[in-house]
Amino acid sequence: MSSISVNNIKRNYGKVEALKGVSFEVEKGEIFGIIGPDGAGKTTLFRILTTLLLADSGEAKVDGNDVIKEYKDIRKKVGYMPGRFSLYQDLSVEENLKVFATIFNTTIEENYHLIEDIYKQIEPFKKRRAGALSGGMKQKLALSCALIHEPTVLFLDEPTTGVDPVSRKELWIMLKKLKKEGITILVSTPYMDEASLCDRIALIQDGEFMKIDTPENIVNAFDSELWSVKSSNMSGLLKDLRANNKIITSFAFGDTHHVTVKGLSVEELKSYLVGKGHTSIEINSIKASIEDCFLELSKSS
Amino acid sequence: MKVIETDKLTKKFGSFTAVDSISMEVEKGEIFGFLGANGAGKTTAMRMLCGLSTPTSGKGTVAGFDINKNPEDIKKNIGYMSQKFALYEDLKVWENLRLFGGIYGVPQKEIEPRIDKLLTTLGFMDEKNTMVKALPLGWKQKLSFSASIFHEPKIVFLDEPTGGVDPATRRQFWELIYDASDRGITVFVTTHYMDEAEYCDRVSIMVDGKIEALDSPKNLKSTFNVESMDEVFFQLARGAKNE
Repeated sequence: MSSISVNNIKRNYGKVEALKGVSFEVEKGEIFGIIGPDGAGKTTLFRILTTLLLADSGEAKVDGNDVIKEYKDIRKKVGYMPGRFSLYQDLSVEENLKVFATIFNTTIEENYHLIEDIYKQIEPFKKRRAGALSGGMKQKLALSCALIHEPTVLFLDEPTTGVDPVSRKELWIMLKKLKKEGITILVSTPYMDEASLCDRIALIQDGEFMKIDTPENIVNAFDSELWSVKSSNMSGLLKDLRANNKIITSFAFGDTHHVTVKGLSVEELKSYLVGKGHTSIEINSIKASIEDCFLELSKSS
Repeated sequence: MKVIETDKLTKKFGSFTAVDSISMEVEKGEIFGFLGANGAGKTTAMRMLCGLSTPTSGKGTVAGFDINKNPEDIKKNIGYMSQKFALYEDLKVWENLRLFGGIYGVPQKEIEPRIDKLLTTLGFMDEKNTMVKALPLGWKQKLSFSASIFHEPKIVFLDEPTGGVDPATRRQFWELIYDASDRGITVFVTTHYMDEAEYCDRVSIMVDGKIEALDSPKNLKSTFNVESMDEVFFQLARGAKNE
């Protein structure tokens, strides 16, 4: 049985089509990533699945329960961590956790094993008001609160947005552990580099899934010739690459530019760039990343 | 010419030292990446540099004005764009720009032509009379950046300008940053995207209130003997005590 099953869900806000008919299945114990920018429809989807918002049409089930008819059952057994910090700012760290445990008719002690790894990092500050925590600590507390009733499905809406790279890595290690406990995780993120940490992902833009597959399959399906290009003048290089009509796309990627080409050899490109006055030129054929795929897919859709 | 110069700038809150004696210099036209983990003291340091918070000790100048003595002059001579979109949703595109121009004292008769020139450059002329709330996020963000440098400040502070933005728009945004820098505007930017750190001329990395590293991305990678800025960041920030 699928842990999450979504069939042709649509939702409009006035004229804006936030979700244009989305379908997917998530298996039990799977980490499924919804990858896409702000405004793509990620939060709308999360709110529908957590029974906080009604879809205009389509059906969805979470852990076997219908999101409309059996919403009460769903609310008892899922954990939801919304994108914005949603805890009680005026309560202490410990009080927040206690509130969530009590609402779900359990105690901190009963499920401590689930949150131990993450909660012990904030436990030294348990008397501090939640409102006075740093961004990284707030996220850890919010995750602890979403886990305290031992949910079967965990919904994490952008848990790593605005979080520094070190804390992001820690969070993903935590998610892998929860997966081993059999918890299904639906997680959204705008960071493309996190896609490879999911079992499967959906790339979402403008309310539509452009692709659903394992990160590996998505990367392998990239069918253009992709090169990384470097020279001593990177901003001038980008302009010169764009001016060459055998180069289809060119995007900045950290310390190199990535280009897709048609009917052009490495040597030809090199002599073209030398002609434009570039020095220290390096051109390498490379494997696509998820971000390359996203750029390619969003261009064609 | 130095646009930022600080000497042992420090900020304490009670017994907690949020910014611990930071000294740095940023040149005219430079793109300077200001990195650090959550809680490392970036926001507090930025607030001092923008004239919004008085240092506990230490000194510095921004855009030629003293942080301790003339914070009001600093505010007038810098641009600032926050993480969250900062335009007025219920005003039209051109009304927002006129408002920003007026607040920063751009001469009345220059405002109108400057708006037209800017919108033409951005390819936004057709949207001149559109309400800001009706614009797609990527456009709002570009407009917000343009508004923050509408008065041609010496330096603009960008606080996580690209968080949550789609990959294509994120790249177009950096092209605007390059253009501003080519025009001689210093860009001081924070980001959690380590590939964006690579686009900066120099970056500093703050750990527990101190600047632990300050150099070009290329030099930092070779100093730490790693392939990417992500690894540089990870090595430095891993040892942090504050959070």
